[in-house]
Amino acid sequence: MGKVVVVTSGKGGVGKTTSTAALGAAVAKTGKKVALVDFDVGLRNLDLIMGAERRVVFDLVNVIQGSAKLSQALIRDKRVETLFLLPASQTRDKDALTEEGVGEVIDKLRSVFDYVFCDSPAGIERGAQLAMRFADEAVIVTNPEVSSVRDSDRIIGLLDARTMKAEQGEHIAKHVLVTRYDAARASRGEMLSIDDVLEILSVPLLGIIPESQDVLRASNLGSPVTLSEPLNAAARAYLDAARRLEGEDLPVVVPFERKGFLDRLLGRRAA
Amino acid sequence: MNLLDIFKRRSSAPVARERLQVLLAYERRNRSQPDLVSILREEIMAVIAKHVQIDQDYLQVSMDRGETMSTLEIDIQIPNKSAVPLAMAG
Repeated sequence: MGKVVVVTSGKGGVGKTTSTAALGAAVAKTGKKVALVDFDVGLRNLDLIMGAERRVVFDLVNVIQGSAKLSQALIRDKRVETLFLLPASQTRDKDALTEEGVGEVIDKLRSVFDYVFCDSPAGIERGAQLAMRFADEAVIVTNPEVSSVRDSDRIIGLLDARTMKAEQGEHIAKHVLVTRYDAARASRGEMLSIDDVLEILSVPLLGIIPESQDVLRASNLGSPVTLSEPLNAAARAYLDAARRLEGEDLPVVVPFERKGFLDRLLGRRAA
Repeated sequence: MNLLDIFKRRSSAPVARERLQVLLAYERRNRSQPDLVSILREEIMAVIAKHVQIDQDYLQVSMDRGETMSTLEIDIQIPNKSAVPLAMAG
């Protein structure tokens, strides 16, 4: 039985989709069978970040409504053999996803894959709740910024109240993934530090992803950063986070974006 | 601008941290209770309905939460025409 991990945040634009792609690809590279499921019905983007936007034929809603088989809708990644994507549909019908239907799809995926990553839509409404509903674990993507931390706190409340596990009185494992972190700014007191975020949310840390140009470049190219530029700071941070997600006890180091002499001289910021 | 101003302006993170801690402590407390306002609203409505017929829309219940004390504001409008006391009507 595979593990179902929801990647969620409450706030939009903090890096859920990017993190889903990067973590999923990192885990798949180790030979594990991984499925990435886009729950953002109406505004799908995981296909684009994965570079599979032109290969989408069927989607999650088609599978739930029975007009396509799960095996027909899953798209195999061209770079990593064990990595698959189940795209979201672009329908505007908000009720296209039913709890029963989602449950069936997740059950099937769980029986075939080692990891199922559910990329949640932003917000705390139905879509976000369905994405987390059947999860065993949650990755809460947070930017070191007040509104993102507040929304993460809301999401943590929902995870502890509305997931199947929570309702059955079980514990849902939660991890915070801090993205777009600028160590220099945090050390100058301009940005919430990792300790601040962890103390406020009191959820263990999965990793710290530095603010980096590489992440945007990877999105532009349609490749998870952990595949296209695995040696870069952000990619290394994601690779480490993926190992921690698999249970490895790896110390977290605060990553620094390596800057050239000229960058430093001109005070150019990363990304 | 003196040196102290520069220092003050730079260190905004401690302010962010403190604001979040205060806000989240408050929000978490509220989250754990059921929606008090809607419960009150329903019960007040039931009491009034025993004596006077009014529409749901004429009852406004709101809670203004403060640091040490909260205010509960109940606004009931009884329109003269339709509000025939039940005792008299019966």
